[in-house]
Amino acid sequence: MTGVVLTQAILSGLLWGAIFALIALGLTMIFGVMDIVNFAHGDFLMVAMYVAYTANAYLRMDPLLAIPLVAGLMYLLGIVVYRYIIKRVLEAPSVAQITVTFGLGIAFRALAHFVFSADYRQVQHPWVEGRVQFAGIVLGAPELVAAVGALLMTALLYWFITKTETGWALQAVAQNKQAAALMGINVDRFFGVAWGLGLGALGVAGALLANFYYIHPDVGAIFGGIAFVTVALGGFGSIQGALVAGLIIGLVESLAGVFISPQLKYAFVFSIYLLVVFIRPKGLMGTT
Amino acid sequence: MNQKRLAKFVALFLSVGLLVTACGGGAKPAENTPAPAAAAPKEVAIGAIYPLSGPSAVAGKDLTNGVTLAMEIINGQHPELDLPQAKWKGIPNLGNAQLKVVFADHQADPNKGKSEAERLITQEKVVALQGGYNSAVTAAIAPVAERYEVPHLNADSTSPSLTEQGFKYFFRTTPHDGSFVENAYQFFDDLKKAGTIKGTEKIAMAMEDGLWGQDTAKSAKALAGKNGWNIVEEIAYSSKAANVDAEVQRIKAKNPEFVMMASYGPDAILFLKAFKGMDVNPKLIWGNDSGFVDTQFIKTLGKDAEYLVSREVWANDLAAKKPIIGQLNTLFKSKFGAELNGSSARALQGTLVLADAINRAKSTDPKAIQAALKATNLGAGDIVMPWKGIKFDEKGQNTLGAGIIVQVQNGAYTTVWPFDVAAGKLVYPIPAWKDRK
Repeated sequence: MTGVVLTQAILSGLLWGAIFALIALGLTMIFGVMDIVNFAHGDFLMVAMYVAYTANAYLRMDPLLAIPLVAGLMYLLGIVVYRYIIKRVLEAPSVAQITVTFGLGIAFRALAHFVFSADYRQVQHPWVEGRVQFAGIVLGAPELVAAVGALLMTALLYWFITKTETGWALQAVAQNKQAAALMGINVDRFFGVAWGLGLGALGVAGALLANFYYIHPDVGAIFGGIAFVTVALGGFGSIQGALVAGLIIGLVESLAGVFISPQLKYAFVFSIYLLVVFIRPKGLMGTT
Repeated sequence: MNQKRLAKFVALFLSVGLLVTACGGGAKPAENTPAPAAAAPKEVAIGAIYPLSGPSAVAGKDLTNGVTLAMEIINGQHPELDLPQAKWKGIPNLGNAQLKVVFADHQADPNKGKSEAERLITQEKVVALQGGYNSAVTAAIAPVAERYEVPHLNADSTSPSLTEQGFKYFFRTTPHDGSFVENAYQFFDDLKKAGTIKGTEKIAMAMEDGLWGQDTAKSAKALAGKNGWNIVEEIAYSSKAANVDAEVQRIKAKNPEFVMMASYGPDAILFLKAFKGMDVNPKLIWGNDSGFVDTQFIKTLGKDAEYLVSREVWANDLAAKKPIIGQLNTLFKSKFGAELNGSSARALQGTLVLADAINRAKSTDPKAIQAALKATNLGAGDIVMPWKGIKFDEKGQNTLGAGIIVQVQNGAYTTVWPFDVAAGKLVYPIPAWKDRK
């Protein structure tokens, strides 16, 4: 009995952990490349979920089928947000940058309230529904799909950053703006690409999440908070770090909730984070 | 320059808006008040203090509409209605004196409630007070009524402490929050008596960790012990959690027959989805109103909301067993363009109870009316609400009131308890997820 409960707790923890990791990817990437903490991250996730919802409600598109669409639109949104808003505060003090992204989040939330009202939304008739059962263990099928998707997306992004020329350019910009510019890299363009990729990855997360999670203007607040802890735990700017940290957070949340007390599950998550910050302030895999 | 003009415009716009709201709030009820008939020998005035404007104004409108309809039933003639007051034309024992209501607005502010209560008693010479919906305001009105020795009938505030102050002039017809949880156990007991359940069912509780959820949990735990029910798991969870998988796993591990929940909108949805996702199959899920009767609940969950059981105070499907509810709802709809709901129906009932007491007192002396209220003994057939009757204990709390229990059946809330007013039969045990289509 306890064996089954333990396995179940570990597996559902890992599922959610992978999803947390994917949500944190965009945040860690934007920070890694340009040192800007995007406080609107959770709200961008909310926007992505509404895009998936709209595609489902009006174009009868399954959220899984809509992944390229959502990711593409979020990529464009990232470029636009960078070009017309973030670029203006690049040289400003970080307080100004925080205020801008924070305000952007509030604006998006208010917009969602205005357009979609405060109703809870839900995609209709998704392809993947129900659950997967084996040896007494039950996992939600859409959660499983989301977790697998999250792992694939993380791997893809990691490959892109480490193996392609654009990825190398991004790394170069992240390491030293001036040096990169001297080598003929258009820094401004790659900042835009970082925002596009960051929000694009978030778009994938939003579509995978919309497949089974309720959609609401304030849904971003819940995941945004966890994304920050994930990034800080894994190390700002580190993709592998975000993956490991996401999985740790999912596991701790699940195990503490099942075996200690559901009321304290987030207390344990944040305690682990505090512990890491004390021992290793740059995060598990941080370089700065 | 431009900005200044804009600011001026906004200021003007806002003040006009405020003025309109203020006028609307004040004038509306006066309009609804039946004009005292010139030929009537005399009239009796009662005061009704409700949130006509401010944050609770939506409820305030329902409440005053309920009172207005009650006045019409008392003063006019509605022989088609099966209510004792419908056959009256004014207060019979006072020479058919017309009952008059003076509305006052407390704006959900206890201080305003207090001063309005004083004004109604000293200036308007009302013989009794009704109100005030927001528990905090009701708590401010009650001491004023007590000081002036004028009866205060409360039909719509559910904070349990209101009847614990030792007031002699305070009477509450509605059940309070504590008794809603009690109703759940009465419902379980009734199921046991009917042979539907054995009485040995294990109960798991999952309640949000805020004040409301934990108050519900406290009552649920205390009453379980008293009634011999076995609580095997108590979960206090954060209503802001991203997922409730761990919570649901704990419930699953204990394999309870019943799950009792106090949840807001999003967490109610997360829990039901997780129950389905992890194939947790309790035989009954009871929710304490709120998230489970949210207008979004059935809409969002669709078929997965089926069979959920929740407590409620009012349902218009009760008309099938209690025709007066359907008749009044039709009348109410034609007059106000809205359905009777928990607020309007309870306010209407409150005014009818006051009229009944004034009639039996045969006097406009507040002390005589207080004595008559204390002796109130109305049966299920004399009242509008789906209760066993109205009879006050020494604290002034109606002991025969009860919430109702509804179950989601075919995408709508259906009253399933108390059995004598139920519109549908409880589906028990609820089908396992794998057996649902």
